[in-house]
Amino acid sequence: MLAKRIIPCLDVRDGKVVKGINFVGIKEVGDPVECAEEYNAQGADEICFLDITATHEGRGTMVDVVRRTAQRVFVPLTVGGGISSVDDFRELLRSGADKVSVNSAAVRNPQLIHDAAEIFGSQCVVVAIDAKKKGDSWTVVVNGGRIDMNIDAVEWAKKAEELGAGEILLTSMDTDGMKTGFDIELLNAVCDVVKIPVIASGGCGTLEHFSEVFQKTKASAALAASLFHYKELTVSQVKEHLEENNIPVRRVD
Amino acid sequence: MITIIDYGAGNLFSVQNALNFLGVENNISSKAEDIVSADKLILPGVGAFPDAMRMLDEAGLTEVIKDEARKKPLMGICLGMQMLFDKSYEFGETEGLGLIPGTVELMHPANDLVIPHIGWNSLEKNEPCKLLETVNDGDYVYFVHSYAAVTDSRNVAAYCDYGMKVPALVMSGNVYGCQFHPEKSGKTGLGILKTFASL
Repeated sequence: MLAKRIIPCLDVRDGKVVKGINFVGIKEVGDPVECAEEYNAQGADEICFLDITATHEGRGTMVDVVRRTAQRVFVPLTVGGGISSVDDFRELLRSGADKVSVNSAAVRNPQLIHDAAEIFGSQCVVVAIDAKKKGDSWTVVVNGGRIDMNIDAVEWAKKAEELGAGEILLTSMDTDGMKTGFDIELLNAVCDVVKIPVIASGGCGTLEHFSEVFQKTKASAALAASLFHYKELTVSQVKEHLEENNIPVRRVD
Repeated sequence: MITIIDYGAGNLFSVQNALNFLGVENNISSKAEDIVSADKLILPGVGAFPDAMRMLDEAGLTEVIKDEARKKPLMGICLGMQMLFDKSYEFGETEGLGLIPGTVELMHPANDLVIPHIGWNSLEKNEPCKLLETVNDGDYVYFVHSYAAVTDSRNVAAYCDYGMKVPALVMSGNVYGCQFHPEKSGKTGLGILKTFASL
C-alpha cells in the first residue's frame, strides 16, 4: 500500500540552512547536508530544499549542496526556489535532485511546466502554489504572499496538472506559521479537482495536525519546516503517531 | 567491479552515489569491453521504452548485454528492468532484451488510482530471491512508473499493491530487475544493492 509521505523542508541561503526569514535577523543554523542526513535517519520520505539565495553566485552553492546531499542521502530530493527556466531544471536534476519545484516563474510563464514535463518527465515537476483566502475562494500569491496574482488557486492547480505537473505543493498563506493545523478546506478544494498528488504545507504545529490532514483530505504528503527544524517534533514521532491512527507510513526504525 | 551501463538514458549518478556510499567498486561506461570485463552489470533507465531501446542499439550494446547476461549478474532498474522483458507496448510495440519472459504494459490500477504510480510502496515477497535477504515483508521502496511487467508469477520475487499486483522485483537466473529505485529507497534499497554487489 502506498505510504503517506512526510517531507521536512530546509530553507537554504548561500549554502547554509537559515531560519527566521520573516523576521529581522536571519540566523544561519547549520549545514544542509548534515540536516538532510539527520532527517533521513529519522525516516523522512523525501527532503525538500528551498533556496532563498538572492544572488547569482549563491546559485552554484545550491547545486553543490544538492550534489553533496545526493552522495549521502538515498531518498528523493526536491529543490525549489528561484527556478525560472528549463536550464535551471536541468542543472539541478543533473546535480542529483529528483524533483524540482517551481512557483512564481510558473505563474508568470505556465509554459515552463509543459516544457519541463516534456523534457524531463512529469514525475520531476512539482508546482508550488501559495494560496490565500479571498472572499469565497483562494487567490495565488507570490513573493512570500506580498503580491496577489489575481488567479484562482484551485483553477491554477487544475491548469498546472493539465500542463504536466507531477505534483502540487500547496501552501496556505493563511495558516502558514500559525501552528493551528493544515488548511483542510483549501486542501479539499484542490484535491477535489486534481488527480496528481497534493503535498499539504503550512500550519502544522502538533502531531494531531498530521493525522487530521490525512484523515480529512486526500493529500499524499505533508511538508513542514520549522516544526522539524526546531526539533519540536521529529519525523519519527510523526510517523509513530500516524501509524497509531492506522495511516500507512514507512517506518525506518 | 560493477559496470553501470551508460547509453544516454538514466539517472546514472544516483546509482553510482549509492554504490560509492556502500564502498562498492564501480564504473559508468558505454564501452562493450567494460561490459565484458565487469563482474556485474547494472542497467538503469528513465524515460520511454522505445527511445531507450533505440539508444541502446545505437550505442551498439544490445547484443553484448544479452551475451554477458548469461555469464554474470545483471540488475535492471526501473525502465532498465522493463527492458529485460520480451517486449513493451509503450508507444506501440518495441522488442526488449528478452532476458526475462514477459511483456511491459500500461498499468490499469483499480480504485481510481492514478498513474504514474509515484511514492513509497511496500514489498510483498512472492518467490524466494537472494536479493531479498535483507528485506522484510512490508518494507517500503520508492516507485515512479506508469508501465509494469506482465510475467509469470514464478519470475516475480516481490510484488507491491497499487490497485493491482505490480511486479516489483523480478528475476530469471542471474538476471534481476527492480521496478522501484533501490538507489532512492533508503536503507531497504541500499541493502538490496549491497546484496547484489556481493552475489
